[in-house]
Parts: sequence; structure tokens; C-alpha cells
Amino acid sequence: MIFLADFSVIKPDIGLILWSTVFFLIFWGLIGKLAFRPIKDALKNRETDIKNALDSAEEARREVAAMKSENDELLKKAQEERIQVLREAKETAERVVREAKDKAKDEANGIIANASREIESQKQAALRDIKSQVGSMAVTIAENILKKELSGDQANADYVQRMVDDMNLN
Amino acid sequence: MRYLIIILFSVFSLSVSFAGGGGCGEESQGYDPTNTAYHHIGDANVYSIGPWNIPLPCMLYAPDEGFDMFSSGKFGIGHHGTGHYAYKGYVLYEGTVRRIVDRSFPKEKTEVECVYAKDVDGKEVIHVKYHGKDFVTHNKSTADFGMFGGGITSYYDFSITKNVVSMFLVFLFLSWMFLKIARMYKERVGKEPKGIQSFIEPIFVFIQDEVAKPFLGKHWERFTPYLMAIFFFILALNLFGQIPFFGGSNVTGNFAFTMVLAIIAFIVTTINGNKHYWEHIFWMPGVPAWIKVILTPVEVLGIFIKPFTLMLRLFANISAGHIVIISFVSLIFIFGNAGESLMGSIGGIIGSLPLTLFMMAIELVVALIQAFVFTILTASYIGAATEEHH
Repeated sequence: MIFLADFSVIKPDIGLILWSTVFFLIFWGLIGKLAFRPIKDALKNRETDIKNALDSAEEARREVAAMKSENDELLKKAQEERIQVLREAKETAERVVREAKDKAKDEANGIIANASREIESQKQAALRDIKSQVGSMAVTIAENILKKELSGDQANADYVQRMVDDMNLN
Repeated sequence: MRYLIIILFSVFSLSVSFAGGGGCGEESQGYDPTNTAYHHIGDANVYSIGPWNIPLPCMLYAPDEGFDMFSSGKFGIGHHGTGHYAYKGYVLYEGTVRRIVDRSFPKEKTEVECVYAKDVDGKEVIHVKYHGKDFVTHNKSTADFGMFGGGITSYYDFSITKNVVSMFLVFLFLSWMFLKIARMYKERVGKEPKGIQSFIEPIFVFIQDEVAKPFLGKHWERFTPYLMAIFFFILALNLFGQIPFFGGSNVTGNFAFTMVLAIIAFIVTTINGNKHYWEHIFWMPGVPAWIKVILTPVEVLGIFIKPFTLMLRLFANISAGHIVIISFVSLIFIFGNAGESLMGSIGGIIGSLPLTLFMMAIELVVALIQAFVFTILTASYIGAATEEHH
């Protein structure tokens, strides 16, 4: 065959070398500086932002959890305290009532004892009075009788008094 | 019938190569898939979309005549990107500008009989036929130092070629997109990504977290813009070449482009190499002295082999993908006997269509994988150079 094909792509054309160099270097220099670097930085910043956001979310979550457990603790404590306070109040109330009751009982007992004693002494006084009056009445009676019969005999009067004393009026 | 199929083929945005061409009477009829494939994956001074040939600016420098700048439309772009005119001693053959060696050739726009390939001692030499006389042409200078049949010739082509236009479009698109995204990041601080921002962000984060951070350690921030530039530039160009009906330019499958990226990777790695890195290359600690004698040349070679493999891998994968797709599409023309047989063409379409679609799907994955592989390997080389003593 007369035709020998020219495999031209294997022969690096000087013009194409020049233009390839020009275009690639401009592309690298210009787009590298104006696009690839800013895009890389933007991606990196976004990655950092996302990482920070995730970290702070985790931190917040942990804080909330801590706060919640603190709250729970406080609540529990408050409840315990409430129970304590209630119990104490109940005890106090019971004690006060009991004490009041005891005091009242004691006082009542005291009053009753006093009254009994008073009554006893009044009774004794009254009896003594009655005894003496009865004595003197008996004497008077006896005197009158004896006056009439004996005209006032001391021996009789004593005898009558003795007999009156012996009479137990209790 | 033949024209019908040519139009159909043009819609697939591939140029059809029928051997010979140029109307010099030497052409043999028939379809040449190899040349079609090589022509398609190569660079061109014309941007061909379907049946339209969009002329591109030619910027040519010849040390003996100085700088010339004009549109490739001056060549009167004809079928298959071959011009009908010579201008300033240049002609257009298969979409590529060539310089007529004989400088006595008229400099003004001159109609030539044809521009065609002639077998000279088993080598393809492009000739211009003008007034019945053959003029030899030079190919443009290439930086392979004669290794792949190129080398420095009488002129340099700094034209805005199809690949340069593709690169420029991709550059504009990526710049617009990433500036927009960067602005969205600035305006939407602390908010979720939205729209295109949320489309690019996972890819960006993937490269950042799976490539930059594991390989570069604490230096990841310094090299992230570089790695992103490599990844998105390669990826976008890979994908741009895969867009059907859009010229199918093969920028990342061109040695010139991958060489530039590899050299930049080499420079970045080398200037960032620390004491530890150079120590491991020149005098590996902890191994016997006689092993060091063997190891040091290997390590020194490794400095150059690493970027060289970067260059080769991307070039080979992307070019291979383009070639395979063209080969599958070529089945239509091979079965159809270059448009002569309709039934053959229909058979070819039935065979070709699922294979082509399958390959295009594979190529989408390859586009992503190769961009990723280039980035991850570059990151690993820089990582090895900047790694701290452990």
C-alpha cells in the first residue's frame, strides 16, 4: 500500500506543548487560587464547624443530663425533707397534745386533791364545830335538866361531854 | 448511495479516509481504517464537526522567514481536511499545515493540483503537485528528537489547532464552573451545597480525602489545588473528547499534552523533595554498600521513569479508546465496501452499533479512571518526596 499512516499523536507537537503548558499553568494558577483553594478552605471550615457543633451539642446534652440528675436529686431530697418535716410536725403535735393532756390531767388531779383536802378540812372543821355545839347544847340541855334535877352538877356535865366526844359522828 | 453513507458517516463526526485523495490519479479506491483512525486521533489545523470544516488560525514560525499568521481557510479546506491552495509556501494536508521545502514556491495564495502522499524509499512523504511538478513538504517540528519519526524541521507550528481550541473551551467551561462554585461556597457559608455545587462537592471531597490526605499527610492542603487542577482538567478533556458529534478531539491522548503534565509533575515532585527523599535515592540507608551501588542507579532512573509512565499511561489509554471506537464505526465501511454495498453497510451498522455503544460506555469509565489514576500517582510521587523521616 502506498499509504503509510502517520501516527502523529506520538510525535509531541511543539505548538501543542506550548499551549498545553500555557492553559494548564493558567488553570492551575488562576482556578487553583480563586476556586480550588477557597473551596478546600470552605470545606475545611465547614467540617470544623460541624465538628464543633457536634461537640457542643454533646457537651450540652451532657450538661442537661447532669442538670437533670441534679434536679432529680434535689427533688428527692425535697421529698425526703417534706416527709421528715411532716413526720416531725406530727410528732410535735402529738407530743403537744399528749403533754397538754397530761398537764390537764395533773392539774385536774391537783384541783381534785385540793378540793378533797379542803372538803375534808371543812368537814373536820364543821364536825368539830358541830361537836362543840352539840357538846355545848348537850351541856346546856343537861344543865337545864340537871338544873332542874341537880342544879348544876359539874360531874354530870363532864360525863355528858365525855359521852358526846365518844360518839363518833363520822 | 455512496454519498448517503458518507453523509451518515459525517454525522458521526468522523472523517472518512479513502486512500489516495487529492485527485492526483494515483489513488486506489477503498476505505483505509488505519489512516482514518490515525487521522481522527491526531491534531489538526481545522475543526471538523460533521460535514463542516471550521478554519482555525495558523501561527507558523520558520527561522529563515519569520512569523506568519493567517486562517487555515486560506488553504481552501477540501475533502478530508486537505487544502486546494498553497499560501505563503504552506499547504494543508489531512488537516495539518506543511511547509514546502523549495522556498521559491509562490508565496501568494496559489491553487495547486493536489497535495498527496508519495512513497519515497518506503517512507511516506507528502508532495504538492503544481504545474505538473512535485514539491516535497516538511512536517512541523516535533519534540521527540527523531525517536518516533519526527524531530526539528524548518518550521514550528504554534497554531490554534483543534486540540488547542478544545483545551480552551474546556478551560473556559471549568473556569466558569469552578469560579461559580467558589462563589457559592462564599455566599452560602454554613449552608448545604446546592445545584452544581452539590454535584462537584462529592468528587472534590473524594479527591481530597482519598488522594490528597492519605498520600500527602500534613502537606495535603498545599498540593490540593494542583491535584484538583490535574484531575478536573484531564477528566474534562477526556470527556470532551467523548462527546459524540463534537469533533471528538483527542487532547489527553496526545503525547504533547501528557508530556507537559508529566514534566510539571516531575518538576513539582523534584523541587519539593526533602533531604530524606534524596537520601533514599542516592544512598539508601540500612542496606549493604554493594546493594547501594545497584540501587542508586535504579532509584535515579526511577525519578524519570515515574513521570514517563504517567505520560505514557494517559496517552495510551485515551488514544486506544478513540481508536477502538473508530475501528468499530469503521466496520460499517469495511462491510459496506467503502459505500459500494448497501446491504453490507446495513450489516456493518447492525454489528457496529452495539459494539460502539458498549465501547463508548466503557470509555466514560476510562475517562474517569485515567484522570483519577494520573492524580493519585502524582500525589503518591509528591507524597514520597515530601514524606518526613519516620
